[in-house]
Parts: sequence; C-alpha cells; structure tokens
Amino acid sequence: MRIVVDLNRCQGYAQCVYLAHEIFKLNGAEALTYEPNPDDARRLQVERAAAACPVQAIMIDRLDGAERGAPS
Amino acid sequence: MTMSATLAELVRDFKANGRIVIVGASLAGLRAAEALREEGFSGSLTIIGDEPYEPYDRPPLSKQVLKGWVPADHTLLPRFRELDAQWRLGVAATGLDRATRQVRLADGEQVPYHRLLIATGTRARQWPNPTEAALEGVFSLRSRDDAARLQRALAERPSRVLVIGGGFIGSEVASVCRELDIPVTVAERGSAPLVGALGGVIGEIAAEMQRDHGVDLRCGVGVSSLEGDTRGHVRRARLSDGTTVEADVVLAALGSIRNVEWLEGSGLAAGFWGVGCDAGGRAFDINGVVTDTVYVAGDVARAPHVLYEYQFLAMEHWDNAVFGAEVAAHNMVSLEPDYRPHLLLPGFWSGQFGVNIKSVGVPPFGDEIVFTQGSVKERRFVAAYGRRGRIVAAVSFDHGKWLEYYARLIEQSAPFPPPPPGWDRPDVMKPVPAEFPAPGVPTAIPDVVLTGHDPSGRSAEFRPRGR
Repeated sequence: MRIVVDLNRCQGYAQCVYLAHEIFKLNGAEALTYEPNPDDARRLQVERAAAACPVQAIMIDRLDGAERGAPS
Repeated sequence: MTMSATLAELVRDFKANGRIVIVGASLAGLRAAEALREEGFSGSLTIIGDEPYEPYDRPPLSKQVLKGWVPADHTLLPRFRELDAQWRLGVAATGLDRATRQVRLADGEQVPYHRLLIATGTRARQWPNPTEAALEGVFSLRSRDDAARLQRALAERPSRVLVIGGGFIGSEVASVCRELDIPVTVAERGSAPLVGALGGVIGEIAAEMQRDHGVDLRCGVGVSSLEGDTRGHVRRARLSDGTTVEADVVLAALGSIRNVEWLEGSGLAAGFWGVGCDAGGRAFDINGVVTDTVYVAGDVARAPHVLYEYQFLAMEHWDNAVFGAEVAAHNMVSLEPDYRPHLLLPGFWSGQFGVNIKSVGVPPFGDEIVFTQGSVKERRFVAAYGRRGRIVAAVSFDHGKWLEYYARLIEQSAPFPPPPPGWDRPDVMKPVPAEFPAPGVPTAIPDVVLTGHDPSGRSAEFRPRGR
C-alpha cells in the first residue's frame, strides 16, 4: 500500500506512532518519518493510525492496485 | 443559441473530447491528472515523464531512505482515483511547438494537445567541473536513483562525507550521516547553514545545532577542487581557505536548476527562475501576454503573489506542487469567471538533528526577526519575520503547533512584531535584523525565491568561488 503524510499539516501529536510504530517514527520531539509504501498486511493498522490523526495529515492510496495506470 | 449557452457547450465538449498533455510525472503532474478527472474531464490525458518510474515522493529520499530504513523504491505516491491516462515514462519532452500545439519527445514522437500543463520541476545542480563530478563517490541528490546510489555509499561506512552546501538538503544529509555515526564535514559559502532560506540569526542556531551533533561545519568557505586517487575515486577536497578535507563521499548540495531548456523557442516566458504564469497557473508568453492553452504548476512555476507585493514567487515546496496542480487543473477545464487563484501561503518543513524546522510565509521577504515563543537555548521556539511593520513569515523549531496562528496573521498582513499567543515567552522579545545575505552574495540558493519581474534574472546564480 502507499501512503503520504502532509508534513505541513502534521503537528507531531504522534497518535500514528502509538498505533503503528513500525510505520511511523518520531525523530526527536516532533519530526515525523514514516515508511511510505508499507506492506499490505499493515493496511488496517495504517488506516487506524490515519483515522486517529488529530489533523488528518495521513493520506492513503484509494486504489487497490487494479488500475495504477502507469506501466511498471 | 445565446452566447453563454455556446460557451457552456464549448466547455462540455472540451471536457468530453479534449486532449490534455501533462509534461512532468512527479507530485504536481500526478495531482493535476487526478484533479482533471475529478473536474469531470473525460477526454484524452497523456502524462510524460523523463524518469522511468511512476510518480514518487521526494522528501523521504534525503531522510528515511538515506538512513537505510526505507528502500528508495518505496516512495511511490498514493493514488486517489483512476486516471485512464496514457503514460509516457522514461522519455523526456525536448520541445514545444505552440503554433501546431505539439510536444516533441526525445524519441522523436510528436504529442498533440489542446491544453498543456508544464510540470517539469527542477533537477539538482551538479558539481560544475565535469571531470571532478565524474569521480566515483561524488553525488547529487534529487531523484530516487540518486538516493539509492548515495544510500549504498553511506552503507559502506565511508571514512568521511563532505557535503558542499548547507541548505536544507545538505543539512538533512549531514544529519543522517551523524545518525549513522559517519564523520561529516559541511562546507557552506555563506555565513551559516540555512542562511539563504532563514537568515543569519536562525542560521547561527542551525550552526550550533550541527556542531553540537559533531558536524565539522565550515562556513564562509567554498570548495575549489576535488581530487581523486589513481582508480578515479574521490579522496579529498581543496577549500578556498587553503585547507583540505579528506573524504571518500562528496555530496554536491548546490540547489536546483529549473527544467525549462525544452521550452526554448516556444515563445513562453521561461527562464532561470522557471516559467512565468498568472496566479491561476496560465503561462505567460515572452511578451507578458497570458496564454489560453498552456498552464504551469509545481517547482517550475513562478507566479505573482498578492501577499508579497505581486512579486513573482518561485516555490520548491511540496504543497505548492499539490495546490498549484489542483488550481491549474481546475482552470484548464473552466472559463471566466470560474477561474480559481493559487493563493497559497508558502510553507515547508525539514527534519534534521532531531529537530522539526517548519516555516510559513516567505522569510527572505522580511528584514527583521523577533523571537516570540519558547527558548532558543532549548531549540524549541517560534520566531516571526517582519518587513516595514508587517509580519511576513514565521519559523518554528519543534513548535509547529503554533504556526497556524502566525499563518493567519501573515494572511492578514498583521502588524509586526506580532502579539505572542503562548505562555512560554522568551525573556527578550525585541526585533533584530534578520541578516539575510544581500542579493548576489554566494550561498546555497533558498528553495523559495522572490524573483522580481525579470524572467531570466540571475542575481543569485550559484558560482563556485575561484572559477
């Protein structure tokens, strides 16, 4: 799966880190880093993290791979 | 049929049967394509990109990818809707003929369009001496391939990394080196890291931060030459102050070059700072007349900004690519009076040395700075930038939650110094000069630039010392 975090919007509340610490990590007090293309097995965990984000900064792929369009 | 009914019919017909070509398959190109479909455009859509990859996100490349946590091919951007587009990846656009409305590709093909979106972005400025740049171990960092190569070099634990240029990319890479416990030297020609983007007062704080983390930071010096061993691997650099640095990895972090060369002869207002366009993304021709068929978005666009005296603003910012693309896409399938402006308050972030640096507004537009919240000593603070008694920007170190407050003040052109909102006020709240380098003083080129009114103004062009 694919995600992107709008880091302009992110304010370091770290709810995502609590819910999916393999995917989201804080570097220091506020700087978020993350795995942009996590394994599909993590989808539920990542969706929960996205739902819990107080500023809704985590955006998740809305295509399930059927039509990504671009040739690989 | 009335005139307005005819126009409405034209828009409907274009949305159903038009041909739109997007040149550039990165963040802006992808978001524009999605927005076009969102707007109901069901005609032919072609996306052209010079890299062989589908759109990926670049900010992770200088951070989690270099650290070795995330593979370089794991930064593909999420897709929000089906595009039904023709993708031409791995083939660069090499020319534009506006008379026949065709884009020329590197493989000789001509792609016709009714509306064109230019989203070709920027590329990394390479080390200017081609022989030295070709040495093994000399890198630049912009693309996914660049990041993969540099990551491999760092994983081999070089004895020392030399970073040339203390802008955001250079500073982020230096930070990763220290996290990996690799010795690193940063050579910055200005007085401090980040000085072009945030001024000398904040630059001094960034310098202390780098030195506290063990960076060998050298300011006010340029790199005169790079030297390799007999096998053609870089081994040392000679600096303008006569010293040498032994390093087996060198990163040239010299800022970016806008990808406009393919537009030569097109008659568009394309130059050093990008392609001039109106605030709705419609490209200007070289006479300053707005075009009806060519649009611009992302890093390569420069448009007048209402908050900054209508100066043409060029922004290499993530949300400028996203929102600029959405606005351009909307306007491509709309008619007056439905045009939308791209009225973005600029903003960026940079994670380095465990600190989250964020900014809103255009700091280099200011000439004064005042610390309004937090503590510089603890590197948790907000500072506001002012010009002629008005607030024009703010920067935060690990205090990002407060930036929205300042963003609202900036949007209203509120008085400077602003009233601080928080309880954690610094002892001294007195505006001081922000200490931006004078135009023409060599330093890393900041990633947001007020480019004046001349499409090819080159006053801040990087010129290595001693050449």
